[in-house]
Amino acid sequence: MTATDTTARAPLSIRGREWIHAWLLLLPALVFLFAFTHIPAIATFWHSFFSTPRGRRPARFLGLDNYERMIADPVFWKVMGNNLWFALGTIPVSIALAIVMALWVNDRLAGRGFVRMAYFTPTVLPLIAVANIWLFFYTPGFGLIDQVTGSLFGWPHTNWLGDPATALNAVIVVTVWKEAGFFMIFYLAALQAIPPSLVEAAKIEGAGKWTIFRRITFPLMMPTTLFVSINAVINSFRLVDHIFILTDGGPDNASSLLLFYIYETAFEYWETGYGATLTVALLVILCALAIGQFFLFDRKVHYK
Amino acid sequence: MTASHTDTTPQAVAASAPRRKAFDLDTALNTFAAWVLALLWILPLAFAIWTAIHPSAYEARFELFAPLTFENFEKAWAAAPFARYFLNTFMLVSLILAGQFLLCTLAAFAFARFTFPGRSVLFTLVLLQLLVMPDILIVENYKTMRLLDLVDTIPAIALPYIASGFGIFLLRQTFLTVPRELDEAARIEGASVLGILWRVYIPLAKPTYLAYGLVSVSHHWNNFLWPLIVTNSEETRPVTVGLSVFSAIDSGIEWSVINAATLMTTAPLLIAFLLFQRQFVQSFMRAGIK
Repeated sequence: MTATDTTARAPLSIRGREWIHAWLLLLPALVFLFAFTHIPAIATFWHSFFSTPRGRRPARFLGLDNYERMIADPVFWKVMGNNLWFALGTIPVSIALAIVMALWVNDRLAGRGFVRMAYFTPTVLPLIAVANIWLFFYTPGFGLIDQVTGSLFGWPHTNWLGDPATALNAVIVVTVWKEAGFFMIFYLAALQAIPPSLVEAAKIEGAGKWTIFRRITFPLMMPTTLFVSINAVINSFRLVDHIFILTDGGPDNASSLLLFYIYETAFEYWETGYGATLTVALLVILCALAIGQFFLFDRKVHYK
Repeated sequence: MTASHTDTTPQAVAASAPRRKAFDLDTALNTFAAWVLALLWILPLAFAIWTAIHPSAYEARFELFAPLTFENFEKAWAAAPFARYFLNTFMLVSLILAGQFLLCTLAAFAFARFTFPGRSVLFTLVLLQLLVMPDILIVENYKTMRLLDLVDTIPAIALPYIASGFGIFLLRQTFLTVPRELDEAARIEGASVLGILWRVYIPLAKPTYLAYGLVSVSHHWNNFLWPLIVTNSEETRPVTVGLSVFSAIDSGIEWSVINAATLMTTAPLLIAFLLFQRQFVQSFMRAGIK
């Protein structure tokens, strides 16, 4: 693909040559892109109709059997519900926190450098390391959370990660902690792009801080909110690293998410056929969300 | 790439803002709340550092003058082949970054400055990768790696990420801002297609390369699920997988040692972040704003 050097000396108005150059430039990237994204996506769909090949027994065409199994699978519905709750629990909270953090850091308050560093640091840490640190926090009796609640309110020891009622919420807290600072960056950029004259004008008109935020700052940051929420939704389906350390999906799948269930199905029980079917479900959800969000937000993003 | 234009605005805002009054209750309250949240946010990390540098007897006892020790790090370093894990991660991250820079640059240049049949269709397919990431296609990608006989090698971890839709998009946006005149001037002087790319476009896109590089390195340093699936030996495991294997052993390893190991694996990234905080924040910002 580097053989184009000499040919460029010819007049470039020849369109055919330009086409060839472009295609040669694109070729390496496209090979990898197709090999590891597009073809696997299609293959996932194809394999979702087949049984898992075992030993000498090749995959058998099953029609919709895998899909029927999925619909009848209580664990599937459990992890779907968990994922919904996880998304609802993490996204609004981390976006709200991100906006508040950005407003503070953008203000000229004392020690701004430290505050910004504190907010952003979790973003740099690997999710695995974050989970290790928080695991220690959550340890019953011994961990910091129990020590604080025990000495302040006299609460008994709580097994936050071992109780089906609290396990997922404990994971949500860790995720919010990790993500809010990351989203803050984008709001910070949006805030700095707002013309100061707008805010000045509103102040002259006697608008209070809250009015300025509600009528000027927040609407102007709407494109950022769109971008961040798309990101957050994708992340809520894509990031399951901390589950491995914190709860391993348990107890009784109380904190398992869809991608974690796919991992378990395909790489612990080695049911790749059913794993493919579950992956199709995940792909369908992601596409539906992207399309839905695009149309939903498209109307609200444009302001007068 | 609007980020490069907004870089100057904070100073502009600061310069135009009127001087604050000596004491302002509103500002004081905001400062206080911001600090409380900041301390809360840094607490988990501070706590991990505390336990790592003190003997395990002080894991949950806070005394200002508790004896400091480096022993936990030594124990962790001796208990698992962390040196090898670091080397693996280093090789992995370099391989991915080099591949991404090469492939994304070429593709982004084609999308930015050439007209050819199928351009918009192909570009849509590239953007599709922002949604359907290799992270999700673990089942099929594992089959591919087995077919290629690459399971348990470092290239197997890297290959799915080398053609990054995000990188292509980011670089294309940057290349689009390069003035056509520069391009044409170089052409008149007889520069080849790759020569123009090398001498005109890449130097002008340096900030984008830095931004994308930082985001990519920190992302792949931290990546876990795919490396976990595709590796199963010490010789290939990156630090994240190594750390999880290390802390998953239920042999009663002390918390202080696990925390020391956790800090150790994140230290290079964390130190780089603290030293180049501004660049990091701006890079993440630049990479986010399209």
